[in-house]
Amino acid sequence: MTESVQPQTSAAQVLKVSKTATGSGQASRPIQVFLAVMALIWFFPVFYAILNSFRDYNYTSQHGYVSLGGFTLNNYKNAWEQANFSHTFMNSVKITVPAVLLTLFLSCCVAFVVARFSFRFNLALLGLFTAANLLPPQALLIPVYRMFRRIPLPEFLSSSGTMLNSHLGLILVNVAFQTGFCSFVLSNYMKTIPRELYESAVVDGAGVLRQFFTLTLPLCRPPLAALATLEVTWIYNEFFWATVLLQQGDKFPVTSSLNNLRGQFFTDNNLVAAGSVLVALPTLVIFFALQKQFVSGLTLGATKG
Amino acid sequence: MARYKGINQLSGLDRIVVALMIVVPTVLVVWLVWLPAISSVLLSFTNWNGIGPIGQAKWMGLKNYHDVVTIYPPFWPAVRHNLIWLAVTFLVSTPLGMFLAVLLDKEMRASRVYQTAFYLPVVLSLALVGFIWQLLYSRDQGLINGLTGSKIDWYGDPKYNLWAALVAACWRHTGYIMLLYLAGLKGVDVSLREAARVDGASEKQTFFKIVFPVLAPINIIVLVVSVIEALRAFDLVWVINKGRNGLELIATLVTQNIVGEASRIGFGSALATFMLLISSVFIAIYLRIVMKEQR
Repeated sequence: MTESVQPQTSAAQVLKVSKTATGSGQASRPIQVFLAVMALIWFFPVFYAILNSFRDYNYTSQHGYVSLGGFTLNNYKNAWEQANFSHTFMNSVKITVPAVLLTLFLSCCVAFVVARFSFRFNLALLGLFTAANLLPPQALLIPVYRMFRRIPLPEFLSSSGTMLNSHLGLILVNVAFQTGFCSFVLSNYMKTIPRELYESAVVDGAGVLRQFFTLTLPLCRPPLAALATLEVTWIYNEFFWATVLLQQGDKFPVTSSLNNLRGQFFTDNNLVAAGSVLVALPTLVIFFALQKQFVSGLTLGATKG
Repeated sequence: MARYKGINQLSGLDRIVVALMIVVPTVLVVWLVWLPAISSVLLSFTNWNGIGPIGQAKWMGLKNYHDVVTIYPPFWPAVRHNLIWLAVTFLVSTPLGMFLAVLLDKEMRASRVYQTAFYLPVVLSLALVGFIWQLLYSRDQGLINGLTGSKIDWYGDPKYNLWAALVAACWRHTGYIMLLYLAGLKGVDVSLREAARVDGASEKQTFFKIVFPVLAPINIIVLVVSVIEALRAFDLVWVINKGRNGLELIATLVTQNIVGEASRIGFGSALATFMLLISSVFIAIYLRIVMKEQR
């Protein structure tokens, strides 16, 4: 959904969150305990999935899940083969990387024009883009689906011969949905770039393109890094469009292919657990790496101002 | 300001560049979002079956809408489920998320660790959340039944599955709400809070008199976000059972009417228009708040 509704300020907010507490004084002991318990509860489902992904099905079916033992790595091996992960991970990369790059580039363009030139309609324009970001995708499914089925694509872009069932179509839909959010965040950031910088660039004879590439974009590195991490997560996680626009299993990204691990009559949950952990792994890596990146982006912003 | 006058004057080439920078993204968004949105509304008044040429479709007026509310059995359950979805995610996640944020805003050693734990589910897709909770909910292999000895099929039994799905949804939603409030709390004036403490205000008084008013605009954002999320709820129920048997939602009904065996375009579009209508009200509220901050 698109992954989730993204509030316009969330990138900036995530940056702020890592600041030290402003709150009312020291936390008392009961509060600490309460938070610790809640955090454990919150972490439990993920922990449980990780734990059981390493356990043998025969062992757990014999001893039940309220037991310990039967550790094995076989679930990962089987899940990897059964859900065809080596192939579907490639699909996810093929979809996510171009979609994120294109989203960020187009958003930078929109944000640059809106922030750099005071067009009278710039608010309306941003409205047009952000509203698009919030519409329920299911409500747009019918026309998009029908349209894509009619648009022919050459063989090298899509083996199905149409936009439907092609990665290109899915990439474009993702870009169209995410551009609003990114433009908004970026234009807010670009507005803080002092006009004097553009002034001196113009005096130096720099055209719009040179201002954009050598002045604006390098200054926008912190929000771009934050947005890139968020967008990679969201587009990688995207499920709805991937499921309905790609109907052939061999084109599915990883999330959609998890269903391959569920049998029609019988499901080995330990196998599902291993598959889930594999699918979650990239986002978890990004998540933990991203926190550091946010902090560094924060200090970068602090020293610049 | 006279000094800056010159920098917005563009050469011919620059003008083309600026135009392209704005036109290309706009065309993409209009083509893949706005055009489909308008088409959905228009199609909902026709009887197009998706097979013949669209020119032969007849104008049906409100017939599709009439059919949806009168002779389409899953419609009203779906509306009810969507409303329950909204009520639960909003009424559970909002206070809990706010409470956690207020607590986490205090000085403590492991604050970052706790934040990480609450925010962790947010980076997982809702589809994946469905799979992870299956490990707890499964009838024969699930932890809950393993601990309690019950034989309930949490994802399968229409008496329970909506609630089971909602627990999983709230698990993910709360961390997100917490993050929004945590960011909002940074806007609270520290000196004001200090002053209140010096004046002997209790923690509760300080919260309701000083902190809560700052959070008020965030409350509206949270409401809007919850409404839109509830309306869009799809991934979780789709991975459970494609939105049948107790898990009907409007979003899944639309999808079933298009992708399923029997494609009823006009009918599905009426459902889609219904979604568009509700969401546009809340998008308007949302844009008003955000745009006001812009100025």
